[in-house]
Amino acid sequence: MTGRVVVIGMGNPFRRDDGVGPAVIEAVRTQVPADTVLTVSDGEPVRILDLWHRHDQVVVVEAVHAHPGQPGRLLTLRADQAERAAVGSASTHALGLGETFALAAALDRMPRALVVHAVEGADFTLGVGLSPAVRTALPELTRRVADSIRKAHRTLGRAGGDTADGGPHKPP
Amino acid sequence: MSHRGPRVLRLDALARVEGEGALRLTVNDGTVAEARLKIYEPPRFFEAFLVGRGHYEPPDITSRICGICPVAYQMTACQAIERACGVTIDDQLAELRRLLYYGEWIESQSLHIHLLHAPDFFGCPSAVELAREQREAVERGLRIKQAGNAVMEQLGGRAIHPVNVRIGGFHRVPARAELAPLAERLRRIQEDAVETVRWVAGFDFPEASCDYDLLALQDPGRYAIDSGTPAAMAAPDSPGSDRAGPVRRFAVDEFEQHVVERQVPHSTALQSELDGRRYLTGSLARYAIGGRWLHPLAAEAARAAGLGDPAAGAVVRNPFRSIVVRAVEVAHAVAEALRIIDDYEPPPRPYVELPPRPAAGCAATEAPRGLLYHRYAMDADGALTQARIVPPTAQNQAAIEEDLRRVVQTRLDRPGAAATDEELTALCERAIRNHDPCISCSAHFLDLTVERA
Repeated sequence: MTGRVVVIGMGNPFRRDDGVGPAVIEAVRTQVPADTVLTVSDGEPVRILDLWHRHDQVVVVEAVHAHPGQPGRLLTLRADQAERAAVGSASTHALGLGETFALAAALDRMPRALVVHAVEGADFTLGVGLSPAVRTALPELTRRVADSIRKAHRTLGRAGGDTADGGPHKPP
Repeated sequence: MSHRGPRVLRLDALARVEGEGALRLTVNDGTVAEARLKIYEPPRFFEAFLVGRGHYEPPDITSRICGICPVAYQMTACQAIERACGVTIDDQLAELRRLLYYGEWIESQSLHIHLLHAPDFFGCPSAVELAREQREAVERGLRIKQAGNAVMEQLGGRAIHPVNVRIGGFHRVPARAELAPLAERLRRIQEDAVETVRWVAGFDFPEASCDYDLLALQDPGRYAIDSGTPAAMAAPDSPGSDRAGPVRRFAVDEFEQHVVERQVPHSTALQSELDGRRYLTGSLARYAIGGRWLHPLAAEAARAAGLGDPAAGAVVRNPFRSIVVRAVEVAHAVAEALRIIDDYEPPPRPYVELPPRPAAGCAATEAPRGLLYHRYAMDADGALTQARIVPPTAQNQAAIEEDLRRVVQTRLDRPGAAATDEELTALCERAIRNHDPCISCSAHFLDLTVERA
């Protein structure tokens, strides 16, 4: 079994800027290879763990909340950085994204590669539609996500012949 | 608390985002004068914006109240509307609904057991550390939870905020063959569910007792999930007693005469009293009220776990042991889900038409966290003129506050080193998580203010 490219748009479109993850998924739909797995998630950790296999390349896109914040600022995190973001997180709903990655790592369920593209949101109140700051950042965020997707496909293309556990193929 | 500093915050389900709790403890001369839990309760907003919507809409709209138990809201909304329309959904459609609801029980209860509650018993700050220490148990919990997800995805159309439910039944019902893989999956986790009961039964439980009335649905012959009438077991005569108290029942139409909500200044959530008394809903109440009708497999697991004999009306009043009762309920839900699939014949039509009429209807079901009540009134065109939602967390708030008062008092009374605020915070978080309120989802959620006079 070879790996896939899995893209996860995290967030809730009914909480304004939190909906940026799903919005990017729609925006990249026409720009990426057809075998890209595009999916959205409400952030529930166990369901997220189910979205990838260990040999997949995973791209996550979501809105974050920072104090002090700079709405519209784009951030790109690698797996280890995203995991460290677990420290001090205080999600109201099960575990935060960082804790989800930390849980995946503790259970040896991290994907082969992971990148998180995030944008700092300004408005997480009830309702649909992005704030001006996030709307302005959307094209660049989408471009970065599409780039990561293409890069992930290239990596997979070179890594043909991998074993199912995601490790490099070794002769018996 | 750490969340005042820089952090990455996940914002999730529509109504849960403000779900952080705050607790104010007032201690006078070493005595806890008051424990006030401040929670944010979104169903109130839903009551307002349901008015004027069509009578077919409450299942979809109210399912948004909770990302963890949307099915509870859907099932209760459907039944309330159907009662207003004078229609009863029975037979295979009712069984399919129950199957979906068991999927949610399996998912929600095993999430709470393994990722949220169990870390407390190992002194782990979160599920991440627990996964390192107790990997096998956490893996098992995830397998169980995923089987619950699979049930919700198959019947609900998707795992979060299912879209296949409608008043009168489902948009589409599965063929027998479509349920076969689900049965296979559930069979594979049946032993996992029983093993989980064994695992949690071995935890160390602090001494504690909730001496309140216990309220759950009772449906003789069945461990009620979406049927039966409200039944209340009186608090024990002597504190700490595990003896079953007398049970009084009332029709669900009389719910609002018995359960009275009142506003309290410290919370946007209303607080409930049952006939003027403090009470608790949820797993402990269900076990006391309906334990004798648990599936034999679950009943056997309960006996082996030291919960007494449910067939003889055993009662568990130690809130720390609620994790064991939840595990028993998961075993029950898995066994019952399998039974439904084995007996399943596709109903002749996926739903029953429900023409509107000027009427009101109410219903109650057992959400994972406890009894959930809905009432709707509609006009001749089906436009809703009234909506009332009483969620379990609001009902349990007064009992949780009393638990908090007791657990802190017990600690303050203990001789030796004085308790730090940090220790009290951890203790209070545990006491709250015992009842799995919505706010307990967070690993660290509590802002504690201690006023010492």
